[in-house]
Amino acid sequence: MTWEVVIGLETHTQLSTRSKIFSGASTAFGAAPNTQASAVDLALPGVLPVLNREAVACAIKFGLAVGATIAPRSIFARKNYFYPDLPKGYQISQYELPVVAGGGLKIRVGENEKFIHLTRAHLEEDAGKSLHEGFTDVSGIDLNRAGTPLLEIVTEPDMRSAAEAVAYAKALHTLVVWLGICDGNMQEGSFRCDANVSVRRKGDEKLGTRCEIKNVNSFRFLERAIEYEIRRQIELIEDGGTVVQETRLYDADRDETRSMRSKEDAMDYRYFPDPDLLPLMISEEWIANIRKEMPELPDAKQARFQSEYSLSAYDAATLTASKAVADYYERVLAKFRSEPKLAANWVTGDLSAALNRHELEIGASPVSAAALAGLLKRIADGTLSGKMAKDVFDAMWNGEGDADAIIDQRGLKQMSDSGAIEAIVDQVLAANPKSVEEFRAGKEKAFNALVGQVMKASQGKANPAQVNEVLKRKLAAGT
Amino acid sequence: MHQDTLAGLARRLAAREFSSVELTRALLDRAQSLGKTLNAYITLDEERSLAQAAAADARIARGEASPLTGIPIAHKDLFCADGWRTTCGSKMLANWISPYDAHVISRFNDIGAVLLGKANMDEFAMGSSNENSHFGPVRNPWEVSRVPGGSSGGSAAIVAARLAPAATGTDTGGSIRQPAAFTGVSGLRPTYGRVSRYGMVAFASSLDQGGPLARTAEDLALMLNVMAGFDPRDSTSVDRPAEDFSARLNAPLEGLRIGLPKEYFSAALSQDVATAILAAIEAYKKLGATVVEVSLPNQHLCVPAYYVLAPAEASSNLARYDGVRYGHRASEYSDLLDMYKKSRAEGLGAEVKRRILVGTYVLSHGYYDAYYLQAQKVRRLIANDFKAAFAQCDVIMGPVAPSVAFPLGSKTTDPVQMYLEDLYTISVNLAGLPGMSIPCGFGAAGMPVGLQIIGPWFEEARMLNVAHRFQQVTDWHSKVPPGVDA
Amino acid sequence: MSLTDADVRRIAHLARLAVSDTEVEAARGQLNGIFDMVEALRAVDTTGIEPMAHAVEMGQRLRDDAVTAPDLRDKYQAAAPAVEDGLYLVPKVIE
Repeated sequence: MTWEVVIGLETHTQLSTRSKIFSGASTAFGAAPNTQASAVDLALPGVLPVLNREAVACAIKFGLAVGATIAPRSIFARKNYFYPDLPKGYQISQYELPVVAGGGLKIRVGENEKFIHLTRAHLEEDAGKSLHEGFTDVSGIDLNRAGTPLLEIVTEPDMRSAAEAVAYAKALHTLVVWLGICDGNMQEGSFRCDANVSVRRKGDEKLGTRCEIKNVNSFRFLERAIEYEIRRQIELIEDGGTVVQETRLYDADRDETRSMRSKEDAMDYRYFPDPDLLPLMISEEWIANIRKEMPELPDAKQARFQSEYSLSAYDAATLTASKAVADYYERVLAKFRSEPKLAANWVTGDLSAALNRHELEIGASPVSAAALAGLLKRIADGTLSGKMAKDVFDAMWNGEGDADAIIDQRGLKQMSDSGAIEAIVDQVLAANPKSVEEFRAGKEKAFNALVGQVMKASQGKANPAQVNEVLKRKLAAGT
Repeated sequence: MHQDTLAGLARRLAAREFSSVELTRALLDRAQSLGKTLNAYITLDEERSLAQAAAADARIARGEASPLTGIPIAHKDLFCADGWRTTCGSKMLANWISPYDAHVISRFNDIGAVLLGKANMDEFAMGSSNENSHFGPVRNPWEVSRVPGGSSGGSAAIVAARLAPAATGTDTGGSIRQPAAFTGVSGLRPTYGRVSRYGMVAFASSLDQGGPLARTAEDLALMLNVMAGFDPRDSTSVDRPAEDFSARLNAPLEGLRIGLPKEYFSAALSQDVATAILAAIEAYKKLGATVVEVSLPNQHLCVPAYYVLAPAEASSNLARYDGVRYGHRASEYSDLLDMYKKSRAEGLGAEVKRRILVGTYVLSHGYYDAYYLQAQKVRRLIANDFKAAFAQCDVIMGPVAPSVAFPLGSKTTDPVQMYLEDLYTISVNLAGLPGMSIPCGFGAAGMPVGLQIIGPWFEEARMLNVAHRFQQVTDWHSKVPPGVDA
Repeated sequence: MSLTDADVRRIAHLARLAVSDTEVEAARGQLNGIFDMVEALRAVDTTGIEPMAHAVEMGQRLRDDAVTAPDLRDKYQAAAPAVEDGLYLVPKVIE
């Protein structure tokens, strides 16, 4: 029996606003409990919500980036349920008329590209947190997070494997961070995925019963949780059982999903339009203004990098994997425009390797874009050989100064004195009559051997281009 | 002093005939005596009130007074006032001290008015007789065995019994107008969005509106000048240029077109009330008004639509009373669910729970379209009826309630009978219109009758003018309840 | 429409209200009385009528993204039934 897996993702992205979606409390992470819970967040009697313009702007940006429709009129609704981390007894969300509808994202798994359709994206408020550690019979409620703006992004059930789901989640993560609407910090819960997973026999039209998996806070866990859930459902059906529609929690320690008891209640959320909040009207003008300020999107940037800088598709893709990397690269080019490929090699090569080694984001690189450009200039103008450049880069990484300072300090300047080079060439030719003979007999390889000898004799400092030129001249002259 | 109107007291305070402290002291004494008999207040805080009065006197001495500086005002106990117990007439909030000021309270504080006390009310503003208060029923100053109406029953009784020159109230389905009518005072429910709801504890958010109760239209205008105004903290607050509601009080009424909805004068209306209303209309004719018959064809659907929409909103608005962050928590419970259920069951009264159940039901799966959505559509029909009617007239007049104030306990067993009390007031709330009640005579058992004046959206100034001119030629508004020393 | 005791219990549970057996019975009668009255709505032809959710015809006003609320935790928690180390305490939450 072969099975088809059907996955849809719901992602809660915390929007990078200073204040909450409906109150003037700070959204900063990590404050002492309940110090960022305002009267509105606490749902004191009599308080009222007022919508944060920036949260709406974030939703518009996202909608434009995924080619969705921005609703000219959308409605906030109340989702009613009791939970200690939900102070009002309802969550303000959007139900029938969300702010963003449609659109989608291109993902790549291996060689295959696929378009994942979005159903919708809607604005809502986050809940607080229930803390259990250190308590026995009670839980502690911290409402600092209550009211943090979320954009819930919902896909169609378009994904067919855990790998596709992860690729989508990563692409979405890149995009929201790229747009600057979410900090993307998964550890702090800024980007949370719930996966709706079902299986059906290949060829079946009807979707199987789905389970929703919550509490997945890394891409790795997302993959493992989905894979576990797929196995569980298939085994269940193959053993003659049936999948029950339910919410399941992923337990990373045990690498399994389990039914959430708190959600056992058949939920009846009693959605209705929030009478405290009038229809959200978004004008064409507002959308046009945001469109003007939209950053260049990953796909467009990749295409431009290929055409403008003559980069390969691979290089362009690597450089546009994040906006920070792409921006860094273009800041390098701002100071060093002559060889974009050389710059690409260094950013995706040595710089990237060093960042990985030290587990640093490119924003925290000790070698700035300007500094790297300084190094690349010395490579391009022949001052440094490739090998020397790597040493200089390491020194720059360790904070020993800019490229020129390090070159001076270490006397690393490439030997370009033609007299000195000629003297070494003469020595090498005299010492290697066999190679000279072979070259004259037409063996090109012998030339390379001679170059190698000259470089060795100069301790790597001789300018390779100059060595070539002098060697060719002298061999041709027959001396 | 206590006999004087708000306008009169303001003039005398400004003339330094007496101080705000003297006036406040005198009214606090009345609150302790007659106020207790009527059970009109839930909370008094003499120290705070007198401190405010002393501050007002200093302000008057500095020459920085505005018309209501130093005037003691009673506030319905659902306006949050920083440092004041704010109970909403509920056991749930019996011990809750508000940590912040409602917008309305801030406006009164800003001009140096004195908060005289927190007025009794039906629990969470749900009721038409003020019998639903955790703190006991309020008595009608005209006859203590009768109800003062509700839900702003305390506010109305306070003004009628000359315990304060004016009070605030809220009106979700008639809660200012009906008690004003029952106690022979004037009350105004402004257009929805006119007065900020921030800090005014919600019953049904799309219907609630705060407004004043006072003895005269002139006083209502002074109160509305303070209460009305844009507030960015209320998303439904309407941003309009400031208006002086006192400016046009004396404009002549020649040519005023009064619409009388034929649906209002049906068998449901008791004869004594009808007689008083029609007499008032005759008085208006003498003032130069003309009368046109108008029709509100969906009038019979007001009560049904309201009793779907208001409970639906209330069921959600009152979900925050869960015993977690403030308010009543049951003393014994087995787990979280049990704590929720017991705290709410103990903290909330019978009528509030009934409406929460109705509201929960109409919003629940499978019933939403048939009830809630249908009621919203009917609401639109009702609003449209008014639009059409106002094409033919400047104001609509009619009764406030089908009968005069009824005896305590006479309608408590059948909720539907109680709901029908709001027959003539509810449509105003559904449409978001301004509505008033002014005294226009007496009916059965010598109880006051109120005339309802309904205006087009944001036409409060015109309505106050219409009411004021009537009060210039009649004296119903200056009649004093028999038990009250005039 | 007529509510049963089970309906009353279900909505009381949704609304988190404890109800005794006698309360269920009383509530059932009263709610049925209310729904009899409300039944009049269902006969109305509302085809093509836009539901009216608000009493004002305007769009939502938005506020600037600024932190304006100070930390008033101590003041707010003075009213709380149970707090510890700045946290509101509730019976154990089971997830």
